Amino acid sequence: MSEIPRPWTERLPAGDEGQSGRGLHTATQRLNMGPSHPATHGTVKFLIELDGESIVDLDVQVGYLHRGFEKECESGTWYQAIPYTDRLNYNSAILCNLGFCLGVEKLLELETPERCQWLRMLAGELARVGDHLTRCGATCLELQAMTPFLYGIEARELTWDLLEALCGARVTSNWVRIGGVRHDLPEGFGDACRDKLARIRRLLADFDAVVSRNRIFVDRLKGTGVLSPEDCIRYAVTGPLLRAAGVPLDLRKSEPYLRYEEADFDVPVGEVGDNYDRYLVCLEEMQQSLRIVEQCLRQLDRMGPGPVDADDPRVRWPAKDRVFNRMEEMIQQFKGVTEGPRVPAGEAYQAIESANGELGFYLVSDGSERPVKVRCRPPSFLNLQPLPEMVRGGLLADLIPTFDLINMIGGECDR
Amino acid sequence: MIELVAILRDRVPEAVLAHHAQHGDETVVVAPESLVRVFECLREEPELAFDMLMDLTAVDHSERADGPGDPRFEVVYHLYASTHGHRLRVKVGVAEEACELDSLAPAWPAADWMEREVFDLYGIRFRGHPDLRRILLYDGFEGHPLRKDYPKTRRQPLVGPCDS
Repeated sequence: MSEIPRPWTERLPAGDEGQSGRGLHTATQRLNMGPSHPATHGTVKFLIELDGESIVDLDVQVGYLHRGFEKECESGTWYQAIPYTDRLNYNSAILCNLGFCLGVEKLLELETPERCQWLRMLAGELARVGDHLTRCGATCLELQAMTPFLYGIEARELTWDLLEALCGARVTSNWVRIGGVRHDLPEGFGDACRDKLARIRRLLADFDAVVSRNRIFVDRLKGTGVLSPEDCIRYAVTGPLLRAAGVPLDLRKSEPYLRYEEADFDVPVGEVGDNYDRYLVCLEEMQQSLRIVEQCLRQLDRMGPGPVDADDPRVRWPAKDRVFNRMEEMIQQFKGVTEGPRVPAGEAYQAIESANGELGFYLVSDGSERPVKVRCRPPSFLNLQPLPEMVRGGLLADLIPTFDLINMIGGECDR
Repeated sequence: MIELVAILRDRVPEAVLAHHAQHGDETVVVAPESLVRVFECLREEPELAFDMLMDLTAVDHSERADGPGDPRFEVVYHLYASTHGHRLRVKVGVAEEACELDSLAPAWPAADWMEREVFDLYGIRFRGHPDLRRILLYDGFEGHPLRKDYPKTRRQPLVGPCDS
């Protein structure tokens, strides 16, 4: 007499009931997402262990945009590193210029003139607005909402127009220099800027009206991608992600550089550290940045024309008429162009609050014209690291807004 | 600073080899054997409370102007205390022959990727790291490009997809 076949679920070894808890056998599957995926704005690969639609585990594989930033910087002069910093976070290149130049100035023990500092703040805050607009806009786009993305990009175009007027380039600015900035404001910049600020505010209001209380958007963002403040600290997460978790840490307040001490602005914080809090923090930070931009314009008007470079022969080139008529100045110019400053031997770490968080530069010099070490502490790299913690147990679809609001920028993350 | 060094010397004797504060950056150089205990002390002591490992990198001193560095590598940590707001740099020498150091990753999750990066670009191995593999470059890449003796012009063919 043949044996009665048992149901297949009973044939499974004990304890192997899968994640569903319904006694059904489920097998996890592996999904490769990326490195080039239409729903991620960044070149990164996720190797996802899926149970149905739930994420069991995740391996984040970065490095697709590694260009050898540090190696390139070590082989050129200090000046030649500045264009490479543009290409770290290409959404806010000015802030990357700024971090590097402040680091070199720390090694040179160089003080920049007041006008230069307000100019740097002005451009830096415009860049921050552009960066946050990309983050919020792209999040909407990747959640299948095209309109808010266009509002965001239209506003970003306005900030880029202003940056173009300031430095001649829209993305790779190369405007902040060691000991100063490349140009003072062009003529009529103040009025054009105030006009564009008003338009950016209107677009932000539209963006807010369309998105912030949209049922679909709120449902997708609320309660997803949560990272507790303790985990943020353990993973050294900084920037809007940390503030969304309720930790009011902003280097512009806690370790003010430039003239941030004199600027009047607030640091928005979230409550639970989910994606919705991150979105709201970014939205409010843009308003605060616009406030700072207005204060910079007022200060620059008050100050009137003045030098925008430190008066230091190591970093400032002599006036052209003297270069053409005097031997010493010609030699100084020649040395300045071919070698750039010789930075005294030593080491320094300079951190600024970039749009993504703490952007640090650890610089080591041996006293020659070439750096020994240019280390960039990339905020996206460290903010991306706890992604598995944020999405584990959640749905695959929640990975998209979580990754978007981390705002991993390949150029900066992979260097 | 003196106080910090005094606390460290009290809790982990023999750990602090040197200390300075160049350009206002407080720095301690510690012995590699006591690295993990030093970091534990830096986090646990309430007066120090360095809870964020902001940065971890290495420097290759083999081309130093005053002769090759000894030891060749230096692993550099930057710490931040989120409650007090102060910063500290910790440096550890790593000899070329052994090229190994204790990993902080088990106790400091932030160190995980950064130690992988230092391993990838400098070839320094971290003992006790849960998953020490290349991160920015691909498996099959030869050498460690941020070492000073790796020529910038060297080209390597991209290998095919690796299994993982």
